This record gives sequence, structure tokens and C-alpha cells, in this order.
Amino acid sequence: MTEESLYSRRKRPFETAAAAAVYLASALSAVIFIGITGYVFIKGTGAISWKFLTSVSDPLKRTDGIAGNIINTVYIVGLTLAAAVPAGVGAAVYLNEYAGCGRAAALVNFAAETLSGLPSVIFGLFGMVFFGETLGLGYSLLSGALTLTFMVLPLIMSNTREALRSVPEGYRYGALGLGASRWRMIRTLVLPAAMPGILGGVVLAVGRIVGESAALLFTAGSSRFLPRLSGDLMADLGELGKKVMGSGGTLAVELYLQIQNGNYRAAFATACVLMAALMCLNLVFRAFGRMKKMLTAG
Amino acid sequence: MIGRGAMAEYKMAAENLELYYGNRHVLNNISVGIREKAVTALIGPSGCGKSSFLRCLNRMNDMAEGVSIQGRILLDGEDIYDARTDVTKLRRRVGMVFQQPVPFPMSVYDNVAYGPRIHGIRNRQRLDRIVEEALTGAAIWDEVKDRLGKSALGLSGGQKQRLCIARALAVEPEVILMDEPTSALDPAASFKVEELVRSLKQRYTVVIVTHNMRQAARISDYAVFFLAGEVVEQGVTDSIFTYPADRRTGDYIRGRYG
Repeated sequence: MTEESLYSRRKRPFETAAAAAVYLASALSAVIFIGITGYVFIKGTGAISWKFLTSVSDPLKRTDGIAGNIINTVYIVGLTLAAAVPAGVGAAVYLNEYAGCGRAAALVNFAAETLSGLPSVIFGLFGMVFFGETLGLGYSLLSGALTLTFMVLPLIMSNTREALRSVPEGYRYGALGLGASRWRMIRTLVLPAAMPGILGGVVLAVGRIVGESAALLFTAGSSRFLPRLSGDLMADLGELGKKVMGSGGTLAVELYLQIQNGNYRAAFATACVLMAALMCLNLVFRAFGRMKKMLTAG
Repeated sequence: MIGRGAMAEYKMAAENLELYYGNRHVLNNISVGIREKAVTALIGPSGCGKSSFLRCLNRMNDMAEGVSIQGRILLDGEDIYDARTDVTKLRRRVGMVFQQPVPFPMSVYDNVAYGPRIHGIRNRQRLDRIVEEALTGAAIWDEVKDRLGKSALGLSGGQKQRLCIARALAVEPEVILMDEPTSALDPAASFKVEELVRSLKQRYTVVIVTHNMRQAARISDYAVFFLAGEVVEQGVTDSIFTYPADRRTGDYIRGRYG
């Protein structure tokens, strides 16, 4: 019996075509990313000035400024995380470490998955009626932050659960076997080991909060005033606290309004600031992840 | 098998223990005595219930889904499944070492100090002394004394297992349960752990699950043979291995069951 020679490589047109197709698909996503960010940066950086970043838009003088919106964004991010992180992490810890795999856990899971797929404008509608009218919070940063809390809660919860699931069972058995209580085991071993995954969820949540406009337009409103600071510490703290109950538009809301008003020059500049902030956040998170890895691997 | 009057001589004893996982009957009417300051080996084919029995001895089964237990397990005459039992205290007195050595992601020192800290020891000098004693007791002090502050994840497999034994020793238990502690280790590391187990019985009561019949013969004083959720035979290791009373015991020891 004669063996066929090895040197008879056939051309396989489908192989080549398939390889080319997936190559092109990945190239396309890279091109889109570079294209959009590049376009926005080129169009936007020209309009960014120190004044743009540190003043408030003045329709009379026809100047643009986003200082108020930057502050509002910080408020919304801070308030939302303050509510959503404890609630989301707490819910995930309960479901993963206490509840087992019963009915209640399945129900909460289903609810979270459905919530995370809901269009944000529905959260806006609900938030406006429930927080704004029923609870009487009106157009306020608090009302907006509570609305966004509902929106990012499932995100933080599912990321935390994923992180908790990847914690080795050996940590749990090891700690319980030494006589640790369940909460002590969670506090000293499970949560620290899950921290990178939990932070990943928080970063995604910040991204959604910073980028959200529809849910905030009807709840936090679009005001762009700066807090009036006098220099007296107690009075200023009071002023900053009162701001929570006042209306305030974030960068994304301002961007939406700038586009609506046809003020594209300012819109591109605002978009630039937004994107730069998100990129910085991602870089910081990655650097943190690498540092953590280096510390535990040694 | 064990008369009620004879219970006093045992450190731990199971009386008519029944264990179910959901509908599955895992342990059937188990009565076993564990002698103080001796090594007792639990042997038997995979799935015979010996590891499940081991986990009953410090209530590590409590966490599993759908567990129900009947009968009694006594530690110095007190029922560990009594409603008044403080599980933290129980696990302090009955420690456990697992098949997969999983050090916590912290320094060697903090791994060993984890248990004592749970039980409220904060004093640095006292912790230092406990850590050194535990690591010495687990025959790993010389290998790690210069790297106590470094992560325990960098240790070799055998070192990790001895560290986990040190971690268990640091809470000064009376009984140490070991679930196939050498099955994830290479022969040289296994040998060191075996040596260690033999030395531990001077101070501790050791119960060890093993698949390795030669290991059981080398390190244990007493042996309990499990088959399909029941205890077929228990007694002095040498006599069980030389003159098994039950044909099934002899068959297993000579390698007829998986």
C-alpha cells in the first residue's frame, strides 16, 4: 500500500475566507473605536479651555462652561455608589454565602437580570413619579441618584456574585474549620479575595452613571449652578449638603442639551471631557489590578 | 460493638449515627470509638462514607445542602450535636486538615495566626510564640522562619500542607481530623507529612482518612473499615491488617475493591 506524500497541501478556500472574515470583524471594531474617539477628540479639544472647565455657561455673554456639571456628576456618582455598593454587595453576599440555592435566590436573580436589561428611560419615568412626586424629592440630585441606584444595583450585584463564586472553597472550609464564624470568614477572607471583581463591577457602574442621560433628565434635572461658597467651613458644608436636594445636570445631561440646542462646539468639548474621565477611570482600575496581583503573588 | 460502659476510654465516639444528604442514606448506624493520643485511620473504597463521617466529627457537614443527622457523637462525653453546643468552641477543640492544602492569601505568619486571632488572642508576643510553636510542631519552622512575612502562596505543595497543619495546630486542638492529607502531594512531601502525623500523636488525637493501605499500616494505631456507608470492622491496625475478622476487610486490604 502506498502512502500519499505529506507534501500535497491543498488550498482550503473556506478556511482562508473564514480567517479573513473574523480578522476583518476584529479590525472593524478597532477602527470604529479609534475613529469615534479620534473624531471627538479632534473636534473637541479645540473648545476646551481653562475657562470652559471652571466656569458655568452664561447665555447672556454666550460663553460655555461645564464646571457646574462636573460637580453635579461627582455628586451623582458619589451618592449613587454610596447607596448601590452596600446594597448590591450585601445582596450578593447574602445570596452566595447565606441563602444557598433556594427559591428566593432564584427569584432575586431573575429580577436582577430583568432589571439590568431595562431601558434607562423607564428608570427615569419611574424615578420621576416615585422619588420626584410620591416622595416629594422633586428635581434633585438625590432623586437622580436614587433612580440610578436602582439602575446599577443589578450590575454591582451580579459582578459581586461572580467574584464571590470564584473565591476558592478552601478559604471557606479552612476558616470555618478553625472555628471562624460565617461573618468573620466573609470579612477576613471572602470579601478581600473577591475585591478585584467587586471593584470591576463598581467601575462598570461608574461608567454607566457618568454616561447616563435619559434617567437623569427627568429626575435630577439640568441645572448647572455652582455652589456658593463663602469660605466659612460650617456654612460651606451646609451649602454643599443642601445641594443634594437641588436640581443638577451631569455632564451627559448637559451634553444631551448642548446637542439639542445645536451647540456642537461645546458638545464635542463636553464629550471629550466625559471620555477622558472614563478612560482615566479604566486606567486607574487596571493599574490597581496589577498592583494587587503583584502584592499577592509574592 | 461498643458497650456503653466502654465509652469512657474514648476521646470521641459515634453512637448509632445516621447521615442523609437529601434522600441519600450516606451513613448507616455507625458506632465508632476514637482513642486518645493515637492515630485512627478511616479506610474504605471511594464513596463508602469515610470522609462524610470525618466531617461529622467537627460538624463541617452543617453547611452542606439538605443534611440530616441522627444519633450522637460524643467528645469527652458531651454530644457535639446537642442544641447547646457552641460550634466555634467545638472546632477549636477538633481541628481539620483538608485534602487540598489551601493557604489563605496572606503571609505565612498571618495564616498561622488566623485561628488564635479568631479566639481573641491579640498580644503580639503571645502570637509570635504560638506561631513558632505551631510551625515547629508541623515540622516546617526551619523552612519558613526567614520568610514569615511573605505570602504563603509561594510555598511548595508539601510545604503548603504542613502550613495548613500548623494553622490547625495553632488553635491548640485536642483532636485533629485529616482528610487524605497526602493525596495531592508527591512521594517525598507525603513522607514528610506521614512522619509528622506519627509525631503528632504524642500530643493529639488524630483521625485520618486515607486511600493508601500502606500509609494506613505505617502511621495508624487503630483502623476503621467502611463499606457502603457501614462500618464493617474496627480495631488495632496490625490485627485488622494481619487477621481481618471479616472477609470483605481482607479483600479490600488486598486490593479487591476500588
